[in-house]
Amino acid sequence: MSTVATESDYIGKLAAKFRTCPATGLKVDLAAERLIKANAVAAVVFLAIGGTFGLLVALTRWPAVHLLSSDMFYLVLTAHGLDVLLLWIIFFEMAILYFASAVILSSRIAAPRWGWVGFALMVVGGLMTNVAVLQGDSSVMFTSYVPLKAQPHFYLGLILFAVGALIGCFIFLGTLVIAKEEKTYEGSIPLVTFGALTACIIAVFTIASGAIILVPTFLWSVGYIANIDTLTYKLVWWAMGHSSQQINVSAHVAVWYLIAAVTVGAKPLSEKVSRTAFLLYIFFLQLASAHHLLVEPGLSSEWKIVNTSYMMYLAVLGSMIHGMTVPGSIEAAQRKSGYTRGVFEWLRKAPWGNPAFAGMFLSLVMFGFLGGITGVILGTEQLNIIMHNTLYVPGHFHATVVTGTTLAFMAVTYLVVPLIFQRQIIWPKLARLQPYLFGFGAAGISLFMMGAGTLGVARRHWDISFADALLPYGYPPMASLMMGLNGLSAILAATGGALYVLITVGSILFGKKVDETNAVASLGPMPKKVVREAVTKYGNAGTWHLPGTYVLVGIFFTTFILYYFVNWKYLSELWPMQ
Amino acid sequence: MAIFPPQTRIWWNEPVAKAELVWISVAFLWGLIMFFMMIYWHIYGQQNLSTQVGRIDPAVFEQRTNEFAEKFRIRDEGDTGVPVVRPPPGGDAYMLARTFDWWPVLELEKGKPYKLHISSVDLQHGFSLLPINMNIQVHPGLEHIITITPTEAGTYGVVCNEYCGLGHHQMTGRIYVVEPGQGG
Repeated sequence: MSTVATESDYIGKLAAKFRTCPATGLKVDLAAERLIKANAVAAVVFLAIGGTFGLLVALTRWPAVHLLSSDMFYLVLTAHGLDVLLLWIIFFEMAILYFASAVILSSRIAAPRWGWVGFALMVVGGLMTNVAVLQGDSSVMFTSYVPLKAQPHFYLGLILFAVGALIGCFIFLGTLVIAKEEKTYEGSIPLVTFGALTACIIAVFTIASGAIILVPTFLWSVGYIANIDTLTYKLVWWAMGHSSQQINVSAHVAVWYLIAAVTVGAKPLSEKVSRTAFLLYIFFLQLASAHHLLVEPGLSSEWKIVNTSYMMYLAVLGSMIHGMTVPGSIEAAQRKSGYTRGVFEWLRKAPWGNPAFAGMFLSLVMFGFLGGITGVILGTEQLNIIMHNTLYVPGHFHATVVTGTTLAFMAVTYLVVPLIFQRQIIWPKLARLQPYLFGFGAAGISLFMMGAGTLGVARRHWDISFADALLPYGYPPMASLMMGLNGLSAILAATGGALYVLITVGSILFGKKVDETNAVASLGPMPKKVVREAVTKYGNAGTWHLPGTYVLVGIFFTTFILYYFVNWKYLSELWPMQ
Repeated sequence: MAIFPPQTRIWWNEPVAKAELVWISVAFLWGLIMFFMMIYWHIYGQQNLSTQVGRIDPAVFEQRTNEFAEKFRIRDEGDTGVPVVRPPPGGDAYMLARTFDWWPVLELEKGKPYKLHISSVDLQHGFSLLPINMNIQVHPGLEHIITITPTEAGTYGVVCNEYCGLGHHQMTGRIYVVEPGQGG
């Protein structure tokens, strides 16, 4: 047996073909490269589709426009969630997993054929669920809370997609084993790979939870099971649904570190601290299912408090650590490059004209301020009652998955296209603008939805004028204004999104070839050409004066505390209840 | 850099800088404060959802709501045919969720506590009381029993904020809060 295994290992080793990346000196397995390309392209296609649906949703919720009919609205809203939250993000994450294992470790990828099987399953599954939704009788929203019932192929498609993603996770893990075995690197895996490993471990948990709930729900939809308990469904569904957001967080934090490393040469301030922060995600994030069950009947307050706080906010602690170490590592690198004047020269002279850097930094700031703080407020047991299921909720998660994850993934695309597709970015001037258009548009969507949510405007709701309701209710006029501003922001974000799709597709098809002469220049403007120089010394005493980062973190923390207690004040004005 | 292996092989023994330690400690303490804030509010705060919840057969809940409405009905809501029901202060009040209405309309007295029973007879719904923006998830087969005390007179809207099908946006209800002894 062992001889056979050794032999096939040997064959795998022989069969793998590599090229050397002219910018980084990394060895790139061509089989891994093809898989990365396929997954990235699929991701962008679904982003284009799902983003268009999102624009239609926003235009319908704008009372003055009210674009779609009610049936179409609920259909399009279901498809929007499916295509962007699931398909765009997970396809892109598959590309990140392959990149962070095979490429960063200069290793051959494990079982590339299985990678294609996984990819095919994900495509088929994604299309199947899309077809179910577009047929019109599965408008059950992305969450598909039972006993709302969709067509069986709605659930089946999701299951196939998840199985495909699971295969991708195992290929990632297998590649780590191969790289270790064949000694393609020395010491420990790089931090970016460590972050990807975190994402992968959470993904396995997530997919298992998905299987536990979606398989019985599928059987229920075809009639083999009579009843699915509504509370159990929500508990387990969100063990998938919320944990998958933690995959996103781990992945996009890894991407932050990656972009900071490539564009300004940033190194982690402390490997120990950054890695421990990732570890906290693995330990505690899966408790987050409780965030969706805080105003639910049938669960004790003790259970809610422990789970919703990720066991005393230990996972939030992880994010707050990254919130300091990422800008801190950028400041340290910039100061090392000579930008030492004042508190903020390092930030002013950062490569804001490089879309990868600009997108990454906007993602970092907006994720922290808009997504992170509001997420903690929403996830506080008693505070949830003044926001649950209002537009505040989508406002919050558009800050996390759009300005956070999506913007970070868009930013890294400006490195992936030259490094992996080996094409230069076309229209560099428009590309420079793109992260700002998309970032500020998405931040507007998020802010105005939260604003409407504090006025009580319901999420997933076609008509807030209640024109054909028996007992109409009138929201304050401010609500309509908020929804209008939300619509305008959505147009801005959609412009940025369309630009992203056009630039990416255009560059892959028509971009100038990248070779040794222009490889580093293709990565966009940088403060110093540091990519190739292995500046690998640690942030030592000399770099440990980071006043700019302290100020940024101070502003963040003050905002956090004030906003937290303002919401307790709002809560205290509510009718007493017990 | 973050894309290369750590330069020092034994990276877990590297000292952590003081500023980083300070921030980690502050963030950790803040987490504890937020954690204990929830417990504090259970002891001293006025707004805590009851954990008094029972499994209930939707048919039984519907029957109880019907009996309640019949017993305490004071008028109909305009020409909608929906009864307005005024339970005695301190007593039980029922509100039932179904596609696509909240039933019946309630009339409560300001400053008096009521035991509000909410449940669904079909799908999940979201009880959103406006404009005070109080939002509670409603499941079929599970009954919320919440003691509430209205603090201000006025007309309050009840909106469904859990998607429940194509008529979701038509699902509304109403609660009147009147000064003690008035209304009727």
